[in-house]
Amino acid sequence: MAKKGKHSIAIYQSWCKRCGICAAFCPAQVLAQDEAGNPYLKDPDQCTGCQLCQLRCPDFAINVKSPRKKEDKELGKNGEKVEEGTNA
Amino acid sequence: MIEDRPLIYKYLRHDKKFPHVWCGGCGIGILLGSLIRAIDHLGYTKDEVVLVSGIGCSGRLPVYVDFNTLHTTHGRALTFATGVKLAKPELKVIIIMGDGDATAIGGNHFIHAARRNLDLTAIIVNNNIYGMTGGQYSPTTPYGQRATTAVYGSVEHSFNIAQLAVCAGAVFAARGTVYHVRQLDGLIEKALLKNGFSVVEVISQCHTHYGRLNKLGNQIDMMKQQRDSAVPVEKARKMSPEEMEGKFEIGILVDREAPNYLEQYNKVRQKAKNALSLQLTKEEKEESERREALDKQ
Amino acid sequence: MHRRKKPEPKAQLMQGNEACAEGALIAGCRFFAGYPITPASEIAEHLSYRLPQVDGTFIQMEDEIASMGAVIGGSLAGVKSMTATSGPGFSLMQENLGFACMAEVPCVVVNVMRGGPSTGLPTNPSQGDVMQARWGTHGDHPIIVLSPSSVMECFTLTVKAFNYSEKYRTPVIFLMDEVVAHMREKVVLPEPNEVTVIDRVKPSVPPEWYLPYEDTSFGVPPMGIFGEGYRYHVTGLVHDIRGFPTLRQDEIEPFLLRLFRKISIHFADIQLVESFHTEDADLVIVAYGCTFRSAHRAMVEARARGLKVGLLKLITIWPFPRRVVEPLTRAKKTLLVPEMNMGQISREVKRVNQGMTTVLTVNKIDGTMITPQEILEKIEEEKK
Repeated sequence: MAKKGKHSIAIYQSWCKRCGICAAFCPAQVLAQDEAGNPYLKDPDQCTGCQLCQLRCPDFAINVKSPRKKEDKELGKNGEKVEEGTNA
Repeated sequence: MIEDRPLIYKYLRHDKKFPHVWCGGCGIGILLGSLIRAIDHLGYTKDEVVLVSGIGCSGRLPVYVDFNTLHTTHGRALTFATGVKLAKPELKVIIIMGDGDATAIGGNHFIHAARRNLDLTAIIVNNNIYGMTGGQYSPTTPYGQRATTAVYGSVEHSFNIAQLAVCAGAVFAARGTVYHVRQLDGLIEKALLKNGFSVVEVISQCHTHYGRLNKLGNQIDMMKQQRDSAVPVEKARKMSPEEMEGKFEIGILVDREAPNYLEQYNKVRQKAKNALSLQLTKEEKEESERREALDKQ
Repeated sequence: MHRRKKPEPKAQLMQGNEACAEGALIAGCRFFAGYPITPASEIAEHLSYRLPQVDGTFIQMEDEIASMGAVIGGSLAGVKSMTATSGPGFSLMQENLGFACMAEVPCVVVNVMRGGPSTGLPTNPSQGDVMQARWGTHGDHPIIVLSPSSVMECFTLTVKAFNYSEKYRTPVIFLMDEVVAHMREKVVLPEPNEVTVIDRVKPSVPPEWYLPYEDTSFGVPPMGIFGEGYRYHVTGLVHDIRGFPTLRQDEIEPFLLRLFRKISIHFADIQLVESFHTEDADLVIVAYGCTFRSAHRAMVEARARGLKVGLLKLITIWPFPRRVVEPLTRAKKTLLVPEMNMGQISREVKRVNQGMTTVLTVNKIDGTMITPQEILEKIEEEKK
């Protein structure tokens, strides 16, 4: 699990079909697949909270939760559209 | 902490078994997520949404979501949807079809629905093949590509679904891919908001059949191909046909205004009622004249 | 609501197709989707004029497949719906007709029979679609088929067709023929308050308790309407009581058996017949549709000649009124079945008869009506 204040990523293994899309298209290489194909968090600290893994998961088996705090606004710089005041 | 739970749980049917029926890595699941986010963002209630599907892999989609769902016969989803919308115009009717569903067996219904301009939103998942029946060629299987019924390569030319919708008169036609998932959310949202017949073609991957038979790799390779061959509409307009070879445009192909069917039909109702009241007045007049004549006798 | 004001009930000259359309309106039909085909087009024409007057909807679809789909959609959204066609179009409707049987969607399908097969005889009369009405769609399923023999019946039986479809959540086929559809007769239409109209039973439990395909003592589950809070799944796949597709043997059979049972336990309500002098008769004519008219004339003339002839009119063709026909066979009455096909109902009569008595037929497929004389000749031949 990610550190406090960072993004937490939850993978529901029972719904996961190990297609690998989450890992293949993670812009920050946070996710990877083990030998059996199961996704795991290789480098959670690198997560930018872009949620692309969650959006692209065909099986709703992954969820990214971002802290909703003002100081986290700068997270938006990685392609995430974050407007002033929306994180309140 | 219920509010922290992923949005999807608000909409999935809790009494359905998950994971769902589609192959691992199938784009239909990604589309389902996109659709749910768009509906949630627009704030439609579950009761006002009707999700209609035909037959095929995409036909299995409605059963998983907690709306009014209707899983119809092959190719006929638009006809059922037409009935639902006409009978209860306040409902938001969304149709999910596959490429074979919408443009082969349902091709006639598709062009006529577009021409009629009833306020429906058709989402067509295009994976270039009949997946559920085992990989036969569909109207969108590109020329020369293989399928289980085209083992020597297809000799038919394929439909461009979004263009077909434009030509048939749809007021909104767009194309997205499951790779460009954020854009897809936006396209579906715009289509849902559009007053009139709107179409979103969603390029998806069938690695199980189409990818395997044509050596296009797995789901990840096929999504990379989507990424590499998709060209934004604005950019595609400036490109020559040679440059566009093997590529496809994504974005909004057409967004125009036209009076929708129900607005037109309400005028018919008004005319019919006006004619009826005139007729009634005439009958009443005749009746009173007859009575007067009787009184005189 | 605007309604044509009728100061006094008055006789009017009306066509069978028009009477059918007016019957539909009085039964509460507010949605019609169809495709032009002779000899059924007048129903669509009349409703395209009448439905918008009463806030209903008429739509001409791109084909009969689409028409049937739209009718089912309309019904699921809570509006009584119908379509009208003839043999070739009826063939196209079979696919979605099966869907309506499976998903238990009330609707009325009018088939004005013309000569077949294929494009056949546009537009000469026939009764060739009796078996198609029963078995046209694939799979085992019950269905209700009514057949009118006069313009007035076109009106009254259309109301009944809607009532049955709503009561039993099933498609009802209204099997007219070209003669009845195009014939004009004097009719006195009843006022709306004189007509019994049955509406579908809607669920009364809280939505989260609702089981859309639950068995009930009546055999028919209450029907949730799209947009009214009862969200459920409607499918043409075999489904469980929640409406979800199932492949479990312990769910498939009970479901399909219920489809049959919901009709079979109500045979007495559904099977409409009319008997004329059957008690003392030693020969009974079994007739339906326009052929009944000739049969009736033949019976009157035969009686005038001192022949003990009776007549059984089948108003409900399917489910076949076995409970009425069987006693006739047991009483060893000769049965004569005139029909404008090669023996579709006579086959059913013979099946019920099982060799107990003689079953005679008069079959005609040349595109003209069977005349009373032809029936009479057969009777006299038998009585010799």
